[in-house]
Amino acid sequence: MWDFPLLPEAASSTAAEVDALFWILIGVASVFGGIITAGLVYFNIRYRKNSKASRAGAVSEHLPLELLWSIVPLVISAGIFGWGAKLYFDMHVPPENAREVYVVGKQWMWKIQHPQGNREINELHVPVGVPIKLVMTSQDVIHSFFVPAFRIKQDVLPGRYTTTWFEATKPGEYHLFCAEYCGTSHASMKGRVVVMKQEEFERWLAGNRQEESMTASGDQLFRQFGCVTCHSQTSQERGPSLHGLFGSTVRLADGSTVTADERYIRESILNPGAALVAGYKPLMPTYAGQMSQEQLFQIIEYVKSLGGPQIAGERRNP
Amino acid sequence: MKTVNEDALQKNYITAAYGIRSWLLTRDHKRIALLYLISITLFFFIGGFFAVLMRLELMTPQGDLVSAETYNRLFTMHGVAMIFFFLVPSIPAVLGNFLLPMMLGARDLAFPRLNLLSWYLYMVGGAYTLYAMVTGGIDTGWTFYTPYSTGYSTTNVVPVVVGIFILGFSSILTGLNFIVTTHKMRAPGLTWFRLPLFVWSQYATSVIILLATPVLAITLALLGVERIFRVGIFDPALGGDPILFQHMFWFYSHPAVYIMVLPSMGVVSELVTCFARRRIFGYRFMAFAVMAIAVLGFLVWGHHMFVSGQSVYAGMAFSALSFFVAIPSAIKVFNWTATLHKGRIEFRTPVLYAFGFIGLFTIGGLTGLFLATLAVNVHLTDTYFVVAHFHYIMVGGAVMGYLGGIHYWWPKMTGRMYHEGWAKFSALILFVGFNLTFFPQFILGYLGMPRRYYIYPEEFQVLNVLSTAGASILGLGYIIPMIYLLWSLRKPRTAGPNPWNAVGLEWLTPSPPPTHNFDKTPVVTEEPYAYEEKSAHGG
Repeated sequence: MWDFPLLPEAASSTAAEVDALFWILIGVASVFGGIITAGLVYFNIRYRKNSKASRAGAVSEHLPLELLWSIVPLVISAGIFGWGAKLYFDMHVPPENAREVYVVGKQWMWKIQHPQGNREINELHVPVGVPIKLVMTSQDVIHSFFVPAFRIKQDVLPGRYTTTWFEATKPGEYHLFCAEYCGTSHASMKGRVVVMKQEEFERWLAGNRQEESMTASGDQLFRQFGCVTCHSQTSQERGPSLHGLFGSTVRLADGSTVTADERYIRESILNPGAALVAGYKPLMPTYAGQMSQEQLFQIIEYVKSLGGPQIAGERRNP
Repeated sequence: MKTVNEDALQKNYITAAYGIRSWLLTRDHKRIALLYLISITLFFFIGGFFAVLMRLELMTPQGDLVSAETYNRLFTMHGVAMIFFFLVPSIPAVLGNFLLPMMLGARDLAFPRLNLLSWYLYMVGGAYTLYAMVTGGIDTGWTFYTPYSTGYSTTNVVPVVVGIFILGFSSILTGLNFIVTTHKMRAPGLTWFRLPLFVWSQYATSVIILLATPVLAITLALLGVERIFRVGIFDPALGGDPILFQHMFWFYSHPAVYIMVLPSMGVVSELVTCFARRRIFGYRFMAFAVMAIAVLGFLVWGHHMFVSGQSVYAGMAFSALSFFVAIPSAIKVFNWTATLHKGRIEFRTPVLYAFGFIGLFTIGGLTGLFLATLAVNVHLTDTYFVVAHFHYIMVGGAVMGYLGGIHYWWPKMTGRMYHEGWAKFSALILFVGFNLTFFPQFILGYLGMPRRYYIYPEEFQVLNVLSTAGASILGLGYIIPMIYLLWSLRKPRTAGPNPWNAVGLEWLTPSPPPTHNFDKTPVVTEEPYAYEEKSAHGG
């Protein structure tokens, strides 16, 4: 028990920079804390009641000093703010080539789905050196996906999708915690992230596949729930075709536009009237309560497989 | 001389009337302050008891003392008791009530009956919450996050929320009373820039209370409506938005941090000047800093929500604004330190607490910069780093200031001096115990230990054991003052009107003061903290 660390392992591409910023903050805090402590100690000794130090010329107003200790902290704060904000922004924008993994939080476990069809509970296997984007939702209360070694944390909410991303830099096993209090067994809602060498990971993917790929499952659900009757390329008068939809800009009936991302597709399934595509009638019924969070993710993955805007462009102009 | 002394003894506010009725129906601000003192001390020890059980459980990584259900209730009720029933009322309701009219040269607050009503509302809210705690408790965390609190928790959410709702009106009425009193009842010659900084801090606090507490009341009422009637406000399954709850909750609860710490800053200004025999350094900067903190405190609530899913750009705005709050806080700390320059510093118990406050508040404030830094916050939020940070502000800061004030004005309130040796010893114990309890939690937080965990991975044990060891010392530091302060009540009233040789209108009255405070309304002719002049005249 006496062998304990003072700093957590740093195993992601952003961890080092977060740590650097942390050390800068420690430096700033030490300097300011040191100045205050030194001032307190020195004045308390020198000007203790019975000391003979001269008290002549004591002042109680000093504008230049007040400005000094207002402006210097302001400038330092501005610098730290800027760096922190820049890094925060980077931590929110996944690289284009990120692999996606889907996460569902529930009391009290993490359910993970890989697009290839692998499913895990309280474990997340990822390859080293590949950016991973997590698309997350909760099926009950708020949870928070926290991997200290990666310095990432993102709340996972019911009724909406949140995302985060990381790129692991070191093979190994790391803690996964739920960081937002979620009820009785909150402290047990934890697991591990297993970072593997890429070829090992591919082997793991191939060897632990419980079901067909998410695209295939989504395709099946697409037929099973009858989506295909309106949303195929041959039935364009009832519903828009989903080919080339993902990532494109959609014009809505109210004149506004929206990017067709995961959130948009989810909303269109659960609450079709909320964002009606221009030129179509509000015919679609809601599927709220009929699909699990995992099934929604599968359908989204299927829609993604139908291609993005560039492919649509190619098809439209043969 | 003898007859004057006897006269003073007979007519002070404590001996003015006897019997339980004379206390329960009193309109004297000083008696109401004592009623509050007893009530909030009770809640402090209830909240402390929950903390002790938590620290004992956390000595080992396994859950061997209490179950998950019990632990979740412990940290929730610790937070509820300490924040709503101790810290928020502490300095305003006890020291503010007692001192504000006297510092202004007034006979009482503007609305004495309203003041008594405030205490009754506190007691009704407190009794109701206690009832909810003993009949099952509540396990939502003091933050009551939805949809857990409205749709999933099976504990006494509604009764606790009702208790806090009632308590809120006690705060609001006290704030209102203080604002009106400060505006309308200042003695002749007591201009705004002659007010002691304690009054400025009470004023700023009252403004926050008046503007923020109604929002808490609305939020808790909506929470109750959703929980009871299943109306969709915050729960997405009912069509609500859980982030809306967080915005509304923190719109009160961030300013509430300043409700807790600003009054302590006021106390510290009184203590530092008195024991350094110096005018406060940069009086106007100090007064404006307090008001600036009060205003900026309303604009930073979103920094509790950097990983909640709120917009990245909102996060940036809230981060920038949070850094701004650091500036007036820095001004205050630098000015206190500069006040010591060329002073004649006497190390009595109250000023030891003030130095403790400055040290701990500085650490609390500087670690606030870590949390205001967006990318670092992502890692630190909801870990023990946050727990350590806000305990440095709210316990290291607010409670140190409160105890310093209690020690400073105890002779005024009771006419008795306490044992100086024990008092200094316990101030030291408190400082050491506090740091040992909470400093390891900064490290635990950076290592990644989430808060609200009753079991944890083994590598976190050493730091948790240190923290628990510190807590046992800290607990001693709270119990010793209880004993010697109560013990002092057995002694004769020999403190005299001004045992610290301090300036300020409250020291012109006998100790304890008579019910009407001043025989003759004082006339103020000088600025506050004129200690140098007083020394020059051999006072």
